[in-house]
Amino acid sequence: MKPKLAVWKFSSCDGCQLTLLDCEDELLALAERVEIAYFLEATRTQLDGPYDVSLVEGSISTPDEVERIKDVRADSKMLVSIGACATAGGFQALRNTRDHAELQKTVYAHPEYLDALDTSTPISDHVKVDFELRGCPIDKAQLVEVLLAVLKGRAPVIANYSQCVECKMSGTPCIVVTRGTPCIGPATKGGCGNLCPTVGRGCYGCFGPKDKPNTAVLADQLITSGTEKRVVKDLFAGYTGGAPAFADEIQRLGGEQ
Amino acid sequence: MEGTSKILPAERFDVLFEVLKKQGFDIWGVHEKDDALTLAPIDGPADLPRGRIDDTGPGKMRLIDGSRDAYFDHTLPMQGLKRLVYPPQDKVFETGEDYMFTEPPVDAKPIAVIGARSCDLVALETLADVLENGPYPDHRFAERRQALCLVAVNCTRAAKTCFCTSMNSGPRAESGYDLALTELFNSDGHRFLIEAGGERGQAVLDAMSVDEATDKDRHAANIISSTVAASMTRSIPDDARETLKSSYDHPQWSDIGERCMDCANCTLVCPTCFCSTIEDRSSLDGSIAERWRRWDSCFIRDFSYIHGGVVRKETASRYRQWMTHKLTHWHDQFGRSGCVGCGRCIAWCPVGIDITAEIRAISKTGEAVVEAGVS
Repeated sequence: MKPKLAVWKFSSCDGCQLTLLDCEDELLALAERVEIAYFLEATRTQLDGPYDVSLVEGSISTPDEVERIKDVRADSKMLVSIGACATAGGFQALRNTRDHAELQKTVYAHPEYLDALDTSTPISDHVKVDFELRGCPIDKAQLVEVLLAVLKGRAPVIANYSQCVECKMSGTPCIVVTRGTPCIGPATKGGCGNLCPTVGRGCYGCFGPKDKPNTAVLADQLITSGTEKRVVKDLFAGYTGGAPAFADEIQRLGGEQ
Repeated sequence: MEGTSKILPAERFDVLFEVLKKQGFDIWGVHEKDDALTLAPIDGPADLPRGRIDDTGPGKMRLIDGSRDAYFDHTLPMQGLKRLVYPPQDKVFETGEDYMFTEPPVDAKPIAVIGARSCDLVALETLADVLENGPYPDHRFAERRQALCLVAVNCTRAAKTCFCTSMNSGPRAESGYDLALTELFNSDGHRFLIEAGGERGQAVLDAMSVDEATDKDRHAANIISSTVAASMTRSIPDDARETLKSSYDHPQWSDIGERCMDCANCTLVCPTCFCSTIEDRSSLDGSIAERWRRWDSCFIRDFSYIHGGVVRKETASRYRQWMTHKLTHWHDQFGRSGCVGCGRCIAWCPVGIDITAEIRAISKTGEAVVEAGVS
């Protein structure tokens, strides 16, 4: 019997699920090897659990989601959280350090209809997660590698080093050194294939903090060499600002304004 | 390495390219791209960053216009010859359902590198000690290295980060080259002194119709090299090797650990760092498995992961491991320094950590730190 794959959505934009559909060349081969049991973005078919692998996209940001993720966990042998929302709270975690009620009033004409938590938090804050795939969105090759590893019963080969390693492997000159462009690649986990620095843009951390990043040294260096503190803070606060290492750095730099 | 020396006028520089192409070489050289110098395939002299120089300091490199129209007044590209002989990723074998293991052929195309600097030539020999000259040679490295025709350029400028003189690896190329150029500007015009460093270089030289160099030309080249050597402000103290042996608990290590981001940039621009890891990959249908060698770095936490955990948990211990290997244990293992003084680790460290400043802080003789920190 083929292993059953489920794909779940929580608070998110669907972009990571789209990455699975975007696998094009690999998708048919994958569909031959797994039974897609639950994937509303792709099919109306809904098979009951338990599921061998669940991919979970999105953060926990409503009371309903707090309960629903427990059900997903109970029904899944292996749970892989995918993307910046599911692994760090996403950029909706910007509210975590702000006045949520005020924000709701700013955005919605009738905030009384909302039923949202004051925080947006990663899946691992609520249930046990077996593996995390970073990124906004996740990287296609990493997703295929994780699924392949699960199918083969081996450990996935997933980058566990700074973004800089990918720049140097591809021969991309460091834009911090050559231009003074603010880039938080040295504190960020690799895996995207250094998308931004190759087009002259600094890394803004969508893959989240690497293992034990030295964010303070990086932030101070960027500020000393002419980048406004506000800009440096925004880099850390963007897509994975809810991740503890980046959240702490934002606080060290004076917190949100 | 002694050989004949000739003079090539700068306006006929393309002759060298044409002869190398005729002899079957693809030509690589330093090329300006995206505000940086990289080693890349080039077609002719027009692809070189003529008239451009680098203003390089700790954590900073800017390309600017130089004061003259020289081809080689700039210093080093971000990465040296290592990429050509020891690529970032290399498939070492693959196997299928029949469990027959096949090694892909080595892509050892003959490449002529125009503009290799002395430090990078020494670095290539240093790498060969590790990968080729031991009891278990990496033939993929060896074949690629042997396919290189190295046209060295003797430096006419030193960057602020250069310290090859103190590592005895420059600025004048002494060995390991096929041809060595020195760019001369004097009353006789803009010319290159070309010296052959072996049979292959001599064959190239013989195929070019060029005049014999004079003692005056050779003297001019010597003056340039000694002027460049004297201009270097950074150095590694002579007692570094011994100092580090007795500095295991020096407080400077934890100080560095606070400043280092363990991003691994230093090791990945270092022309002698050779650490790699092995990754196994499989195709989606499970019919093919591949083994790849990929660059790794002792600055990455997982690098020292063995059963039970990471051996070098702290950044400080990883920096200590790297620096003591370069300056001390490399001597014990290979009879030479693992550092050639190219200064890339200083320039391409995003926070400008300077190995020469760190060793001076540790060294008991501790002379004044030269321009420490980030410029």
